[in-house]
Amino acid sequence: MSCEASDVAEAIRAAADVIARHRVELTDLDRPIGDADHGENMNRGFTAVLATLDTTAPTTPAGLLKVVATTLISKVGGAAGPLYGTAFLRAATSLGQESRLDSEGLVTALRAGLEGVVARGRAEVGDATMVDALSPAVEAAEAAKGEGIAAQLAAAADAADEGAQSTVPLVARKGRASYLGERSIGHLDPGARSTALLLRAFADAAR
Amino acid sequence: MRVGLVAVSHSAKLSEGVVELAVQMAPDVRVLAAGGLSEGGIGTDYEVVLQAVNSADAGAGVVLLYDLGSAQLTAELVVESLPDPSSAVVVDAPLVEGAVAAAVAAQGGADREGVARAAMEAAGAGTAAERAEREQAAGEAVRAELTLTNEIGLHARPAALLVRAIAGMDAVVRVHLGDDEADGHSVLALMSLGARKGDRIEVEASGPQAAEAVGRVRALVERDFAES
Repeated sequence: MSCEASDVAEAIRAAADVIARHRVELTDLDRPIGDADHGENMNRGFTAVLATLDTTAPTTPAGLLKVVATTLISKVGGAAGPLYGTAFLRAATSLGQESRLDSEGLVTALRAGLEGVVARGRAEVGDATMVDALSPAVEAAEAAKGEGIAAQLAAAADAADEGAQSTVPLVARKGRASYLGERSIGHLDPGARSTALLLRAFADAAR
Repeated sequence: MRVGLVAVSHSAKLSEGVVELAVQMAPDVRVLAAGGLSEGGIGTDYEVVLQAVNSADAGAGVVLLYDLGSAQLTAELVVESLPDPSSAVVVDAPLVEGAVAAAVAAQGGADREGVARAAMEAAGAGTAAERAEREQAAGEAVRAELTLTNEIGLHARPAALLVRAIAGMDAVVRVHLGDDEADGHSVLALMSLGARKGDRIEVEASGPQAAEAVGRVRALVERDFAES
């Protein structure tokens, strides 16, 4: 099983919708440990992505992911802009000009995105960042490779949820939250949460 | 053709202030501010930074400095996305001290690597052990006692002139005022001495070009840093 560019576009629209619906939740998560702007920033970025998709229609999965990347880079402020921008850009680059996204390509793209985030943010699993959600998601998608894209994305979303929850007892070691030291314990990382939300949106769109 | 600089900050005012300060020290260097969001407000903006990098590059490349967290990420992403990513470099340095040191190095004609190094060393210039080793290797020191007769003493512009006068020379230069001492290659360190008109400073240099370095500083002091 594989999916076409139009399916990828559908998944991106679903992601924008999920971010819009969780805008307040993400900002609330960001309030005690960050700048209280993650939800607003992500929503601004994905609203711009929707507007761009209405006027341009890339015909490959990579082309679509690149639109997402460049739009998020310029529209999302804070650290989330360059981090998500890098993730989508590296994912796009890893796919080349393939017209369809297959199971293998999905894993390649997710892994490239993760590696981009790690390189850009210098965070590892356990630092209480989006890496805590994305890293187990990549593993899960890889483990479910034989089961098709929908099952892979569902497994990735489950793993990302669990990974995001794992940030609650952690001391944040990157970004604004790290300034709080021990006081960052007990908070769900907003970036890990938005990563889990995006993967859930992709999984639901693929069902 | 000199290396250009870009000050990436969350605040437009902060980056403009850094530029104002750096340009004082290095009138011929392209120093560009990339602060705040394009529509105003606090944040770093990819497009703003990209445009500043393009404007700052006169052909010798660009060194980028940043203030906090995401400014670094944005700066690095901009560099990664350039047609030639090796034409620019993001340095981990204190924004103000680093920008001033980098501007002086760029004014003196240092290449991209040299400008980046000047910025990185602005924080405190290596460990005590490294410094001791450097001084031991340098051998016999050359000293000169000089009285400052210019109006503003060793303030920003004269300090920058001093650093530029000895830039690139194979000599370790230290300037003493009473019990305080400053690295003669650091504008900020020299300024922090607070040496004023009438103060007697001691210039101490070691290394192969020590005598020439001291001579250049003496010449500068004697002509009042070309103030008049």
